[in-house]
Amino acid sequence: MSTLPLTDAEARDLRALAGVMIPASDTYKVPGADDEAIFADILKSLDRDTADVRTALAHLAKLAGGAFADLAPDRRRDVAATFKQEGGAPLGALNRVVLLCYYRDDRVMRSLGQEPRSPFPKGHVVEQGDWSLLDPVKKRAPMWRRTS
Amino acid sequence: MNDKVDVLIIGSGASGAAVAYSLADTKMRILCLEQGDWVKPTDYPTNGRDWEARLFADFAINPNRRARETDYPINNGTSPVQVVNFNGVGGSTIMYTAHYPRLHPSDFRVRTLDGVADDWPVDYETLEPFFAENDRMMGVSGLAGDPAYPLHHPPMPPLPLGKSGQAFGRALNKLGWHWWPSDSAIATTEYDGRAACINLGHCTPGCAQGAKASTDITYWPAAIRAGVELRTRACVREITVDADGLATGAIYYDADGKEHFQPAEMVIVACNGIGTPRLMLNSQSGKFPNGIANSSGLVGKNLMFHPFALTYGYVDEPLDGNKGPPLNLWSQEFYETDLARGFVRGYTLQLHRGTGSIVEAIASTAAGRLPWGEDHHKVYRRLLGHRLGMSTITEDLPEEHNRVTLDPVLKDSHGIPAPRIHYTMGENTRKMMDHGIARSKDILAAAGATDIGGEAPILNGGWHLMGTARMGTDPARSVVNEWGRCHDVKNLFIVDGSIWVTSGGVNPTSTIQALALYIADSIKKHLGDGTLFE
Repeated sequence: MSTLPLTDAEARDLRALAGVMIPASDTYKVPGADDEAIFADILKSLDRDTADVRTALAHLAKLAGGAFADLAPDRRRDVAATFKQEGGAPLGALNRVVLLCYYRDDRVMRSLGQEPRSPFPKGHVVEQGDWSLLDPVKKRAPMWRRTS
Repeated sequence: MNDKVDVLIIGSGASGAAVAYSLADTKMRILCLEQGDWVKPTDYPTNGRDWEARLFADFAINPNRRARETDYPINNGTSPVQVVNFNGVGGSTIMYTAHYPRLHPSDFRVRTLDGVADDWPVDYETLEPFFAENDRMMGVSGLAGDPAYPLHHPPMPPLPLGKSGQAFGRALNKLGWHWWPSDSAIATTEYDGRAACINLGHCTPGCAQGAKASTDITYWPAAIRAGVELRTRACVREITVDADGLATGAIYYDADGKEHFQPAEMVIVACNGIGTPRLMLNSQSGKFPNGIANSSGLVGKNLMFHPFALTYGYVDEPLDGNKGPPLNLWSQEFYETDLARGFVRGYTLQLHRGTGSIVEAIASTAAGRLPWGEDHHKVYRRLLGHRLGMSTITEDLPEEHNRVTLDPVLKDSHGIPAPRIHYTMGENTRKMMDHGIARSKDILAAAGATDIGGEAPILNGGWHLMGTARMGTDPARSVVNEWGRCHDVKNLFIVDGSIWVTSGGVNPTSTIQALALYIADSIKKHLGDGTLFE
């Protein structure tokens, strides 16, 4: 028995849809969301969204008239466009899981100029900025209402 | 049976911690029951690469989504605003932005000044020393001299302006409107054993650095050193009373589901605006068939939320994104009443730093701004790190039909009825929100932002929970008196946001804690002159 949260057919459709949502790009030198490592992360991360994702995939299969993954590329795009309009909250959950995993991939983060690391313990640098911008506000009279 | 204590506090969050600390110097035996756990700094999301993902899982702000074993479910009904909170040592200070304004003097006098709602039985001047003590205990950063407030002196310098703050500053100066560095419960220098902020990013789901002040690392260590006992995984079902109608203690469940009775000389409730009325309504007896201390019928009523409106746009210049605490500035330009605006009272604009990369992608996809397909990458790179956003915190006026009741069906894991929320936004609040959105768009236009978006009210925006056991001098129109003691039960006190008479238009934690310190001080004075239970 499979320990994965989705059936093989559901997983194939999800991977095909992820590739339509975020395709690989030579311009930005990034993989698509259907990349093997990213998709493995997606499958591991469904967690409390599993039921919604399965509902969304059932809707997708219905729109496709069968397996979405078996459609030709042009037809996939058409069906995905309809699905995007009609998917509702279950699609929102599916979309969220795909994005959560895609934008924490090292290759994607580096392409965005980000360091692939946890925020702690290194943190980030935020400039103090030009505090003289506050000078006009400092010159204002008190604005708060006196009560006595 | 457990040994009797002098003081039993229920809830270890913002107010429970403050009152425990203040009462500790009486040397009474004080016990606090907390239904959640201690949260370890190593558990906070910013320790890991999955920090944004956990905002949608075990550190989600909505307890129904988070669904930890220590959370209770909430039936939000048809409310346009859903309750968000956290259950654990520190309560919702674990999971807040640490934006830390005080109420203004006018907030305590809305009936006198504006002819709506009721005046509070306390005022700003009375609370001022307790604000200062609380700022010192929590460790507040900020800048003295804000013309929107009476002069006060935050103990640490303000958070950095950053790129986002400068963009806001230039825009608001162009309009001639007020803005100021926020009072923030975030250490900007080493402070009382806490390290300074290193800009980990979004502070809401807990600070791994310990720079954000949550009461588990501020009040509680001091209270425990002074002898207060804090018992975790103790989920209180009801407060019990004797034949004279005095509180005798509380019944709670431990982590194994075993029922206990904890006797006490006096009980202090600190479960905030939803948890407190839930507990009181569930504390039914022959003496109090409609819930303890509820002869006025007002327990659970007058729920106030501060409905939030989010408005944002995108500028060409790079901003701070998720780097740094998410809130570091406010504008109080529209805080005090101006009837020419078409509503009474007013609102704060809190100015945001930015979002993380994943939250930006999710929000922009949901808004239809970020496409699927080939253009996804190009559009995303134009959005990420360029968002300038702000939220309008509207003053919500008390209305009795906005209320918390016990759900007849939904229960927590111990079988305790869940709270059910009945809430609609009032007309004044709606007009105020529309005004705030319009002014937010003015600010974005002045900053050169395009692609304006927003959410109003923010669905998961019920951070501020107030009014459900209001204070007052008239027992027919309030639940507690002017120093937090229940009119009906002379040894039962409430110290959290539920005692607020009106909501103001600012984040409430600072004032909740100042009130808790004031009530603790009042308890000590009455203890001293022998009038505590008279």
